[in-house]
Amino acid sequence: MAECHPVAFRWPMQAKLKGAKLIHVDPRFTRTSAVADIHAPIRSGSDVAFLGGLVNHVLQSERWNTDPFFKEFVVSYTNAATMVGEAFKDTEDLDGVFSGLMQYTPGIKEWPLDGFVGQYDPRTWQYATTKVGHVLTPPPSGPPFDPLVRSLLSAPPPRDETLQDPRTVFQIVKRHFSRYTPEMVEHVTGCSKETFLKVADTILANSGRDRTTSFAYAVAWTQHTNGPQTIGCCALLQLLLGNIGRPGAGIMALRGHASIQGSTDIPTLYHSIHGYMNHPSALKKHDSLRAWLLAETTPRGYWANTPKFMVSYLKSMYGAAATTDNDFGYDWHPKIIGDHSHLPMFVAMNEGRVKGLLCVGQNPATSLNASVERKGLAKLEWLVVKDNWLTETATFWQNSPEIREGQRRSQDIRTEVFFFPAAQVAEYEGSFTNTQRMLQWHFKAADPPGDCRTDLWFTHQLARRLKKLYASSSLSRDQGFKALVWEYDSDDAHERGRGEPDALKILKDINGYYTAEPDRHLAGFGDLKDDGSTTCASWIYCGVFPALDRNLSARKQADPPGAPGAQLEWGWAWPANRRILYNRASADPQGRPWSERKKWVWWDGAKWTGHDVPDFAPTKAPLSKGVPDGIGLDALSGSDPFIMKPDGVGWLYVPSGLVDGPLPAHYEPAESPVANPLYRQQSSPVLKYWKIEGNALAPVGDQRFPHIATTYRLTEHYLSGAMSRWNPWLTELQPEPFVEISPELALEKSIGNTDWVRVSTPRGSVRAKALVTRRMRAFTIGGHTVHHIGLPFHWGYQGLITGDAGNELTALVAEPNVSIHEAKAFVCNVERL
Amino acid sequence: MAEPMGFFTDTTVCIGCKACEVACKEWNQLPARNGGIGTLSGNSYDNTGHLDGIHWRHVKFIEQFSPDRRDGRWLMMSDVCKHCVRAGCMEVCPTGAIIRTEFDTVVIQSDVCNGCRDCIAACPFGVIDINPVSGTAQKCTLCYDRMKVGLEPACAKACPTQSINFGPIADLKKLAQARLGQLEQAGDKRAHLYGADETMLGGLNSFYLLVDEPEVYGLPPDPKLPSRNLKPSALWSTLGAVALAILGVFSFRERGARDV
Repeated sequence: MAECHPVAFRWPMQAKLKGAKLIHVDPRFTRTSAVADIHAPIRSGSDVAFLGGLVNHVLQSERWNTDPFFKEFVVSYTNAATMVGEAFKDTEDLDGVFSGLMQYTPGIKEWPLDGFVGQYDPRTWQYATTKVGHVLTPPPSGPPFDPLVRSLLSAPPPRDETLQDPRTVFQIVKRHFSRYTPEMVEHVTGCSKETFLKVADTILANSGRDRTTSFAYAVAWTQHTNGPQTIGCCALLQLLLGNIGRPGAGIMALRGHASIQGSTDIPTLYHSIHGYMNHPSALKKHDSLRAWLLAETTPRGYWANTPKFMVSYLKSMYGAAATTDNDFGYDWHPKIIGDHSHLPMFVAMNEGRVKGLLCVGQNPATSLNASVERKGLAKLEWLVVKDNWLTETATFWQNSPEIREGQRRSQDIRTEVFFFPAAQVAEYEGSFTNTQRMLQWHFKAADPPGDCRTDLWFTHQLARRLKKLYASSSLSRDQGFKALVWEYDSDDAHERGRGEPDALKILKDINGYYTAEPDRHLAGFGDLKDDGSTTCASWIYCGVFPALDRNLSARKQADPPGAPGAQLEWGWAWPANRRILYNRASADPQGRPWSERKKWVWWDGAKWTGHDVPDFAPTKAPLSKGVPDGIGLDALSGSDPFIMKPDGVGWLYVPSGLVDGPLPAHYEPAESPVANPLYRQQSSPVLKYWKIEGNALAPVGDQRFPHIATTYRLTEHYLSGAMSRWNPWLTELQPEPFVEISPELALEKSIGNTDWVRVSTPRGSVRAKALVTRRMRAFTIGGHTVHHIGLPFHWGYQGLITGDAGNELTALVAEPNVSIHEAKAFVCNVERL
Repeated sequence: MAEPMGFFTDTTVCIGCKACEVACKEWNQLPARNGGIGTLSGNSYDNTGHLDGIHWRHVKFIEQFSPDRRDGRWLMMSDVCKHCVRAGCMEVCPTGAIIRTEFDTVVIQSDVCNGCRDCIAACPFGVIDINPVSGTAQKCTLCYDRMKVGLEPACAKACPTQSINFGPIADLKKLAQARLGQLEQAGDKRAHLYGADETMLGGLNSFYLLVDEPEVYGLPPDPKLPSRNLKPSALWSTLGAVALAILGVFSFRERGARDV
């Protein structure tokens, strides 16, 4: 965190000055380890084993079993007591896989690129008696859509609040993690049992009524073939410890870019539409709005309002053309036909399936398995790069390694490349959404120089031109584009003259308004309707701009010193300006704060109140019962804090939503020097791998590639270096590509400090200087000594300083839920040059 | 005169991010060495090496690990001009270019400096060097221009972890004592303040909290002023002059005697 998020690291350091204990788990001794109380080194790719060890240690510990707080939290606020169906078989039963594993069959013949090596049928993972699929009587369409939502209701699953039944989630979890003993943790991760226990006991001692523990991770935690399961395992641990929904608790995802949170809320993701609704898909039962709602709505919990979110979203897309008669234009909305994330798109490019690429603020030419990505770029008809500098992607046809080494000639590349110089952040206004889900408005300081234009300008002008192009089309596929509402022209003469749109008009669309009275903004998502009378692009942002003159993201009023620190008047956080999600859990089932020290939100006898905006129905009494056949929040009780979940509780066990299993299990990375010490199943049975030229993987224990490698960022550079390797003040701080290796490995390979070395994998090799340091170490994995090296990935062939990109080494391998790559753990060789 | 102002640098919360180095360069418009194109030093994460005329802030990285890694520390320290109460550079400057400001800080006036380099040799901390752009001796000004308008120095402003604290010296000393007490209470026996009291050159207006010997951080344990040589050299000069005079007298006497 100190390395990659030094500004946010201010807060852990402030906490440390107040006496907080800081633990750092990382293969390397980094700038974070330098100020941590405990550094626990684990080898890359063994996170689930470490977290699983913590789960097991907690469940076996005397403190957890004797302090009534933990039982009360877990029984009341998690699905521990819920019974799972008889058909479910755990990894304990099937030696490392869950029930339902089958061969993968592609969903659609036009897109055989999803890359799965296997597939699960998740039906056996459901809670007991939960009906699978939809009821047979055809439910009515809408609006109103309430009858449709109600038709989805089924009997809630049985519970055993004594947690004794072997089919309870609790017993399944306990059994599942029982093999993750401290000895096994040492065996798998290479972290000494002693250090592991120190970490475990520190966390346990700092959890309970009076104390909380918080986890923070940066995106590298997700960059594994079981990344989301790693985060899920952390959530499971935090739920067991009562560390969710409370101040100083939770799991902080420290995301990469300044507004990467914003880029998933208002998604640049292929598989979701605004506000985390699933993108209409040709692979699912999404043939009509009614079908989409049936497939995507859960009748209990807040997602029961999905029809309101979706209809309001469609109104924002198609405006007056969206009517009850045409399903609010649902048929015009594009559908996905498979995995269109980064890796499969570049595989498709390699196959010649992609004509053109718009590349805005991204640098794929030095991204994963970079030579394969560049080969894909060379097969495009056209490429648009919009960036601050000429990135490696913009010049791949001119000076990439293949061209330099004569393997490809510039004149043979037919891709037409367009470069658009980009404006910088201080040259336009707009909002950032930070990792805390907080929107902060930034203002324009000056016009950008020359032809530099904002991303807003680019999108706005492209949309305007495309609409003009389609204006006279009578093809049915173009009708959506014709109907698309695009009214963002600036009213400011200067900006309009420059072709810039008005960012506030876009924010207004996102926030929403009453369709019949466009100047009347929506005050919050509670006002959304499913009949088209409200227009709102992103329900989760509804409330950020509640009136024409009130842009709440522009607020800059800090809390006075000594206040609890919710900072409700600084910016605006979705949803509804809540700063801690599920904060009902900060009070006990009766609505009283768990302790004075950790009070946050509580019941005052008539309503929920506290330091934060309560994340709960405002006047629902703490012990009130849910309505048996109610939908939405009515179905949940006064002590069900997790209002987005259909059962109102946090999920230790995930019966639906994940494709790789209801519980986390340690699998080896796609490339590993060792056999999986925990299960016979080596790596995730459903990971994604693209078997194409240039993407070979080393077999387990391959002696040609005996070391573990991980890639990472340095504080001094940013990602591929596209923004930092052009700045002399930064380049002088870290001027050359290097690989960090331990003195022990250096001795073994006769490598001296700052010697040039070659690091190689089955995909490629890079030249880098050796930085020999005791901050790196070898790990003992299952009795074998395995050296671990570290490679900052910032370099490329453009910029003031150049060097080989670390991503020449990485593979096109991905996680099955979200297709995140695995650049954080692979195997390699190191030789002196 | 305004209240004496300065820095208290708490190295125990420094994360080595070098934001201070960059913020200093940006505000003071200092160039990168060789246009930013350099070679890897191999000395931990330090690639700028030392303070000089174009590096007015410099972060040091000290790796201390036992072979088995059971004990390990990675010390980081953002170094800067100490703005000594008795400043060696001021003593030797022949042109009066180096002045003490109303904030009790030490500033080199570039337009008065003739580049004689005397101050470079006189500084016991190796802070000063010639800026190749101006051809004059330069170092940290404690952002005198910012202080004049009530702003804190660029480095302190940029420091994300409050390792660099800026303020009135009296307040900083209280802050430093409190932090030292906190560390001592936590059992840290090596923590100590460097330059916080008057015994070191009358006090350093930029002082440090360290957790190892000063030498480990490349700091002199007992820095001396050039004027330390004044008394002994004055004595020797006087003695030499007396001896010469006596010799002279005797030589004249001899010659005189011969002439007679």
